[in-house]
Amino acid sequence: MTYTMDGWQEPTLAENLERAGVSRRDFLKFCGGLAAAFAAGSAVMGSLPRALADPTPGAPVTGDQVADALGSVTKPNVVWLQLQECTGCMESALRSGGTTVEDVVLNLLSVNYNELVMAAAGDSANSVLDQTNASDHILVVNGSIPTKDNGIYCTIGGKSAEAVLRESAEHAVAVLAVGACAVFGSVQASRPNPTGAVGVDQIITNKPVVNVSGCPPIGEVIMATIAYYLTHGDVPKTDAEGRPMFAYDQRIHDSCPRRAHFDAGQFVRSFDDEAARTGWCLYDMGCKGPSTFSPCPFVQWNGHTSWPIGAGHPCLGCTEKDFFDRFTPFYNRLPQVPGLGVEATAEKVGLGLVGLTVAAVGVHAGVTAIRKSAARKNHEEIPLEAFGDSPAGEQSAIAAVVDMAEEIPPAAPEASDTTPTTDSEKTE
Amino acid sequence: MAQQVVIDPLTRIEGHLRIELETDAGVISNAWSEATQFRGIETIVLHRDPRDAWAFTQRICGVCTTVHAIASITAVENAIGSNVPQQALLIRDMVLASQEVQDHVIHFYHLHALDWVDVASAATADPAKAVAFAEQIGSTWKGNNIDRMTAVRDTVANLIASGQLSIFTGGYWGHPAYKLPPEANLMAVAHYLDALEFQRTMIKINTVFGGKNPHPNFLVGGMACTIDPNHTASINQVQLADIQQWVKDTLEFVQTCYVPDATAIVGVYKEYFDIGASSPNYMAVGMSGATFGGNPNQTPRYPTPMMDVKPGVIVNNDFANPQPFDPTLISESIGSSWMSYAGGSQTLTPDKGETTVAYTGPTPPYEWLASATDGKYSWCKSPRYNGMPVQVGPLARVLLAYSQNHPRTKELVDGAVATLGITLDQMNSTAGRTLARAVECLTSAEMLANDTLPLFIKNLQGGDISVFDPSKWEPSSWPKKASGYAFVEVARGNLSHWVSIENGEISQYQCVVPTTWMTGGRDENSQMGPYEVSLAGDGKHPLVDPTQPLEPLRTIHSFDPCMSCAVHVLDVDGQELQVATS
Repeated sequence: MTYTMDGWQEPTLAENLERAGVSRRDFLKFCGGLAAAFAAGSAVMGSLPRALADPTPGAPVTGDQVADALGSVTKPNVVWLQLQECTGCMESALRSGGTTVEDVVLNLLSVNYNELVMAAAGDSANSVLDQTNASDHILVVNGSIPTKDNGIYCTIGGKSAEAVLRESAEHAVAVLAVGACAVFGSVQASRPNPTGAVGVDQIITNKPVVNVSGCPPIGEVIMATIAYYLTHGDVPKTDAEGRPMFAYDQRIHDSCPRRAHFDAGQFVRSFDDEAARTGWCLYDMGCKGPSTFSPCPFVQWNGHTSWPIGAGHPCLGCTEKDFFDRFTPFYNRLPQVPGLGVEATAEKVGLGLVGLTVAAVGVHAGVTAIRKSAARKNHEEIPLEAFGDSPAGEQSAIAAVVDMAEEIPPAAPEASDTTPTTDSEKTE
Repeated sequence: MAQQVVIDPLTRIEGHLRIELETDAGVISNAWSEATQFRGIETIVLHRDPRDAWAFTQRICGVCTTVHAIASITAVENAIGSNVPQQALLIRDMVLASQEVQDHVIHFYHLHALDWVDVASAATADPAKAVAFAEQIGSTWKGNNIDRMTAVRDTVANLIASGQLSIFTGGYWGHPAYKLPPEANLMAVAHYLDALEFQRTMIKINTVFGGKNPHPNFLVGGMACTIDPNHTASINQVQLADIQQWVKDTLEFVQTCYVPDATAIVGVYKEYFDIGASSPNYMAVGMSGATFGGNPNQTPRYPTPMMDVKPGVIVNNDFANPQPFDPTLISESIGSSWMSYAGGSQTLTPDKGETTVAYTGPTPPYEWLASATDGKYSWCKSPRYNGMPVQVGPLARVLLAYSQNHPRTKELVDGAVATLGITLDQMNSTAGRTLARAVECLTSAEMLANDTLPLFIKNLQGGDISVFDPSKWEPSSWPKKASGYAFVEVARGNLSHWVSIENGEISQYQCVVPTTWMTGGRDENSQMGPYEVSLAGDGKHPLVDPTQPLEPLRTIHSFDPCMSCAVHVLDVDGQELQVATS
């Protein structure tokens, strides 16, 4: 543990950075790099836009100017909403660790409204929200917006989540949707989406929304997105899903430490088998790494302690749209495509998988919907043993019941004979 | 003349809670506990693969992360008959224990402390006196030194001088109900920051075994993380050394920082042992972390110290005669919730549970909910045990352990009661719940350090590296129809998950969740729920300034509300969601 105080102690960024051991020379170098972005007219927080608002027209902004402006910047105000959600994203943000320059920069924020940690409650909290909403601020949103039935499924201060979001977005200079719920709706939006939950960019359509996806996103990635805006003066470049490229430009599969085992056709066939202990590829156990863009292998979790595949579990694909519908059953293998296991075609394979998954899941969902309507009539009074309704010993094995026809057809990968698992240990 | 007061949002909790009050002459005369978020996950898990259910139900809550997942896999394993290896169970116990300790610490410092600690006052404190105060209350925490206290004081002073108070904006600083001297406030703010750092370390145990936190990964039949002293890709001595150090650090923080701080604060605010009394009935199935696949009255899958305390219910503060726990006496009322049951029934046992939305509240925006003519004002159901509201959670567990003469609990409670000069009955109070949570956190950290982790390591040294039962993995190995359930004592109280499986799919799924027990409002017999009783049960709860509801915040926070859990409602009967908006 460290006991250094990383909060805002000096009045300006320059002084805080100096205290954190960042020299003036390094700071100037950093600002020189930012000058181009600022000269392009990007939005910048706090007093910086005013400081740079009236340079000589056409004249380039210099690193010195940026340094002077950034050095005197006051803390940007932040409204951090939690809508229809589980607070996992805030918890993840709390876990973001380290005492780096990045951390110092993050302490520049004045988070005036966040229900999990703020001191004020009730009327006082609502006043703080109204006041912060009235001028420029960064808006961070956790959680989805339930749109059905006039917004009755999530209200705050008597207002619908949608109304709260719209009010907070009006004067926001940047909107960050943080977490699978805020980005895509996530678990409550998965079928049949009973409350009509949608992501932030379905509601806020008049300004760009940066989508920090993941269930939850890695704490450091949440904080880095805010830091990116603060230091670059603009929102990060994003992919087609609105996710920052600095964190979501690579498939897990392409940067996975177990990739060599995939290419060699070395697969875990059953949890806790010798292949699992050796750290072979989890593709056959349902890993969604080939279809998932996420920085997990690089950044890892909780102070670089581990990450899901590192701890032996297949990736659930939680940074991807509608993963609770598209990627379930979670332990089913992604669809088989020809050429698997050959490095030269891996890129093609990966791209193919994304498309095939969508198609396969579409079919799967249709079949399930039909089965569902039939099943609704058949399971009404299932007895539960604790209530004395169920005969003891009903657990005796009965023949297989799952209609595998509705599942994505599994097929063994090529070169699977190199696995150390014996046939009896295979799960299929 | 009664005045209406609304606290919405009720902050520093998980999720969305609205409290409506009537006050008169400085005391609360009536109260309504209102859950204002509904997600409808119950209709979402239906017809899915039971092996996936943990991932869905874990998303009920990110503060109580891990606990719903563990309850879910345990219920499914109970249904399909998995024989989970002991090492996997021990791993889950370590994950649960570290999560619980971390959760209690976050609750005390980051969600509750600002009810007692005036941050603005800390800016005026003498750092030397803060160090002396820490010494006086028995805190031997290594962060107690003048340099540290000075740095924190300067930070707070600069924050205030800057005019941008960040998360402290709009707090009730200077309220006459704040009673700590400046040096105590400074010490507490320093420990608030230390606790933030601490929780990042503590939770890494979850990450080693589950790959991430929040929302680590679990597996029906065991754990996916392999343990093997001879493989780099498995958990081996490298991680074990880390875990041993983290557990040591955890115990140190709880012993030298959290427990002394909590004890000192409830000592200064001793009048809160006479404020906030709730239902005098308490229910638990063991100590924190006790996990049962199936009936908790039967033999556990393996003996753990968390199960040294047997399931039981204390009725009407009769600590000498705990009653046996009978799961068939649990029911859920919809007396005040926007739900309807088939046939107009107002209460159902969980196995017959239904979740049909029947919203009759106002269209937002609205000003007041409690006056609805049909008596409905919340998304939360009202669980009852044998028709009674009961308290669950740290207080219930500590009192049950005490009533069964659990040695360590008895020693800690007797010591605290004697020092504070209170009676055992007075533990049923705002301060008592806060004190009980600290007592429990210490016993949990001790069991993790002294029992669970050493046993896991001993087994590993003996060559026991199995963490998964593959025999029940394939759905073809399951009965055509099966049902199972699990009880787990988690940070906020007694949690149970109930699942029925048919043809390899979930046909019914239900959770009965700690915060539901506490948050639920009036039942069909107009009995108030535990939150409501604590605020308006005796007509004496103070609320001096209705614009600054500091006193009711203290009482509600003492329960550690988790609203996303409360209104998870996974009771599934397969009906389509129906809405009748008036």
